[in-house]
Amino acid sequence: MGLFEMTRTVFRNLVRGPATRRYPAVPARTSPLTRGHVAFDPATCRSCGLCSRRCPCEAIRIEKEEKVWEIDRMRCIACGDCVEGCPFGSLTMEREYFPPVVEHVVERHTITYVKPEKPAKKPAEEGAGAGA
Amino acid sequence: MSKRIVVPFGPQHPVLPEPIHLDLVLEDELVVDVVPSIGYIHRGLEQLVQKREFTEYVYVAERICGICSFIHALCYCQGIEHIMKIDVPDRARYLRTIWSECSRLHSHLLWLGLFADGMGFENLFMRSWQLRESVLDVFEDTTGGRVIQGTCKVGGVRRDIGQEKLDEMHRTLDSFEEQCRDLGGVFLNDETVKYRLQGLGVISKDDAYALGAAGPTLRGSGVAVDHRETGYAAYGDLGFKPVVETAGDCYARCAVRVRELYSSIDLIRRAIEEMPEGSIDVKVKGTPDGEYFSRAEQPRGEVVHYLRGDGTKHLVRARIRTPTLANIPALVKMLPGAQLADVPVIVLSIDPCISCTER
Repeated sequence: MGLFEMTRTVFRNLVRGPATRRYPAVPARTSPLTRGHVAFDPATCRSCGLCSRRCPCEAIRIEKEEKVWEIDRMRCIACGDCVEGCPFGSLTMEREYFPPVVEHVVERHTITYVKPEKPAKKPAEEGAGAGA
Repeated sequence: MSKRIVVPFGPQHPVLPEPIHLDLVLEDELVVDVVPSIGYIHRGLEQLVQKREFTEYVYVAERICGICSFIHALCYCQGIEHIMKIDVPDRARYLRTIWSECSRLHSHLLWLGLFADGMGFENLFMRSWQLRESVLDVFEDTTGGRVIQGTCKVGGVRRDIGQEKLDEMHRTLDSFEEQCRDLGGVFLNDETVKYRLQGLGVISKDDAYALGAAGPTLRGSGVAVDHRETGYAAYGDLGFKPVVETAGDCYARCAVRVRELYSSIDLIRRAIEEMPEGSIDVKVKGTPDGEYFSRAEQPRGEVVHYLRGDGTKHLVRARIRTPTLANIPALVKMLPGAQLADVPVIVLSIDPCISCTER
């Protein structure tokens, strides 16, 4: 009978309750892979510039001399290419989406990574160097 | 003969969120002629190919359309892989097939919802989109993005799906298919839906073929053309038969899409069962030098990416022919003879995606 095709679904939906959630009181569903936004750790970045070169939308800018790492959130498409390409694990993909903004602000970080000092040379080597 | 008037339809219209403009020439309430015009949302994405490296353009390609984004990326990557003679690993081909079919499911469910809304069946619209949500959840769990997946890349895919997740998907497919069959039953068997759609916007087999229609619009008129038959990605291994209806009206086009839901579920199930082990990508060396017409079957029909490289890391030219562009002449043929109140339903029946069309 072609007149009551929808009835079964309607009754089932009445029993099941709402399919939506009361956002933002109940947080949105995410998964461990959700690409929300890129997070930067200034303590481990060695200014290699790979992230800036890999970024397809030129959202990341890095200045080696001034130790500055910048990201333009309005350009970033959260593709995750920079995260995959970072050899030092300084970039991570977080699940949370950035809230909407009305002003165009470029996010600026100062790189705090300090190159570890080389271990002191052995006295014998020093002596040999001094002799030469 | 009564006086002719011209009624503009679009580019902003309640049932059709996408900006296409039709000048409907009416005699009383009857449409006698249609003049379509597009050009409201051109973004210049083809030109961008000269400014982005060929590996980066994948991200642009998948942003051409927000609904069949994965298949745009797939079509582009296949073109580049053909030019550079890259053999994609088997597992990547199967994963691409699974995501392509998930895209088709989500696109068809979205369209079925919009179509139900267009003909005034709001309950069915809500139900379709409720089902679509579970497909989007699978996308988010496997790729990290609900709409823009970002997993296809030149040389393979960027993410693997673990065996646990594949098993879970396989388990949930049965209940999902049952729900889809319930939903499809309403579209196919309900008397009110049939009364609204049958005999509306008819296009004959010869006309559809001559006007170069694509996808469900063509298959709804009885022409069994589906690019998946050529066996790109893993379709060759899985075996595939196109879904065809013969009536050529809105009901037939709707029925093609409903039955394609079932065939997509079947393809995903078999792809999961036959998923080969191995790597998911190969390293890409060199730059593309040559040209190729890459084709793939989108939910709306066949998409063509023409790509030409000159041995540098930027392509020289990309040209994209999307299925909606091919279906607009067929739409112009369908509309004359229809009532003004039926125009939104007929326009929706080709599943227009104007952002795709203008790029």
